[in-house]
Amino acid sequence: MAAHVVEAGERVLRRRRRVWIYLVLVGLAVFFLFPLVFMFVSSLKPDGQILSDLGGWRAFLPLGDISLRNYAGVFDRVPVGRFLLNSVIVTVAIVGAGLVVNSMAGFAISRLRWTGRGVVLSVVIATLIVPFETIAVPMVYWVSQLPTLVFQHGQVEYDFGWLDSYQVQIIPFIANGFSIFLFAQYFSTIPTAIDEAARIDGAGWFTIYRRIAVPLSGPAFATVAILTFLPAWNQYLWPSMVVQDENLRPVMVGMQYFFQDNTAWGEVMAYTSMITLPVLVVFLAFQRAFVSSVAASGVKG
Amino acid sequence: MTAISPPDTRAVGAAASSFPRRRIRADLRSERRAGWAMVAPAVLLLAAFLIVPVLLGFVLSFTNARLVSPEPVGFAGLDNFVRAFTADPTFVRSLLNTFCFAAVVVPVQAGFGLVLAILVNQKIRGAVAFRVIFFIPVVTSIVVVSILWKFMYQRDGLVNSFIDSITFGAWRGTAWLDNPSTALAAIIVLSVWQAVGFHMLIWLSGLQTIPEELYEAARIDGAGAWRQFRDVTWPCLRPTRVFVLITITIAALGLFVQVDVMTQGGPVDATSTLVYHAVRMGYHQQQIGYGSALSLVFFVLVLVVALVQRFLTRDKD
Repeated sequence: MAAHVVEAGERVLRRRRRVWIYLVLVGLAVFFLFPLVFMFVSSLKPDGQILSDLGGWRAFLPLGDISLRNYAGVFDRVPVGRFLLNSVIVTVAIVGAGLVVNSMAGFAISRLRWTGRGVVLSVVIATLIVPFETIAVPMVYWVSQLPTLVFQHGQVEYDFGWLDSYQVQIIPFIANGFSIFLFAQYFSTIPTAIDEAARIDGAGWFTIYRRIAVPLSGPAFATVAILTFLPAWNQYLWPSMVVQDENLRPVMVGMQYFFQDNTAWGEVMAYTSMITLPVLVVFLAFQRAFVSSVAASGVKG
Repeated sequence: MTAISPPDTRAVGAAASSFPRRRIRADLRSERRAGWAMVAPAVLLLAAFLIVPVLLGFVLSFTNARLVSPEPVGFAGLDNFVRAFTADPTFVRSLLNTFCFAAVVVPVQAGFGLVLAILVNQKIRGAVAFRVIFFIPVVTSIVVVSILWKFMYQRDGLVNSFIDSITFGAWRGTAWLDNPSTALAAIIVLSVWQAVGFHMLIWLSGLQTIPEELYEAARIDGAGAWRQFRDVTWPCLRPTRVFVLITITIAALGLFVQVDVMTQGGPVDATSTLVYHAVRMGYHQQQIGYGSALSLVFFVLVLVVALVQRFLTRDKD
């Protein structure tokens, strides 16, 4: 009887505790979501109404004069379509080429024996502590001196300087120490007996990589793709230094230029909404994979 | 690479691989060549776009190089560093701002992240949904976040109208980013808002490695929630803790985008940071040599943090 009362009391306590947790969680959810809700809602309103709605709940509700005029305005003013295309090209190239190059390197490091392997592995790990910001300035100087091939008058010629090109936005970011490390770690979990068997059947190492290691490593590829996709899409510092040509500009830099000489907040919010929405949709669709990728990135500690 | 080998060598290979130590030479050589060939693209790219720039940055730090200059590059000794610490008050201010930013952001973001992780780790319905919501700012571009918050921080912006309505007009907010005494704090708030979800997930993966039996044992011993946290959770999170603190510190020392988009270092250098100043001098003013020297100062700071990490992780394990 007494035990029964204690248990009931405990249940009440537990329920009360749960209510508190929910209250805190909902409060936090509001804190994390309100700026984005405000952004999406404002992108649908004329400037005057955005400002007059600021004082109350209406700032977060799509009420009043709602339209897509701001979006049309952005397209009229700047080539956003072009910026989006540029970002897609750069991101796809970095992620795609990165998957190939880094997985091959990870495979060689984790499964093949060759002279210099230890040195390469320690150099790869050492590169992890170099933040891009430390090399950005010398790198501008460096890429401005690199040779490049130009096709002119039907023949190939050389020129110097990679500034204002797609390659300068892509090639420096393909190889990535952390991706190599993740691949090497994953490949080393596949039993080596499989390699031995394939070797006996006469398979070359590249065939083993392509036919055995790659098909067995879907999760590693997903993790690396997700972890390289976000920084590639969000690139800002580097393209703002090396790309002046509007036709090659990615969305983030294009937005900063648009924002600098524009205080039409409705249009600014339309622009930011437009480039946030695709990433948000991708994230919500693959949230499980995103979450486990980030968790995987913490394992290295 | 040996794609196809004739049948007779295949037989030899089969015999050899059952005694791996006596593998025939040709096989070892092909393995070595394949290894080099497969690692080559990554190594060449890392060498060209990471190692060379690091070394180049080091060398350029001791020169007066400019981005576009008719004159040849000259050796300048320690001039750039002397200039930074004695003749460039903006640099000293930037360094202090950077330290101040890191000193606040590191504990706040780490602590807040841990609180969020503990909350979404509760066995309650909807925990996953909240985890997703808290992570949404992380996938939002920091450029977008900076523009959005700049709008909200205006004198008659959303933040002030909110303050106005909860204090019934008793307290008037300022134009947060235009006021030298509030600008850096304003940047701190949005930086934590944007990045804390990431570290929540790192903490969460640490929390989930703690065996449930430890908590059961603690409960049997009569430990309450706080004792369970202090005596089970906290000690078990040691490796995660080091990782979280180090990654936040390095990211905080590299503060750039928020400043570049929102304040351009102003008002009166109140938000200028190390990386922002290095880019301003090295790129906008085209003083590559000086900019490289400032970047090197940043790099040294990061190295110190990384060494502290090695020291901490080696210490007790």
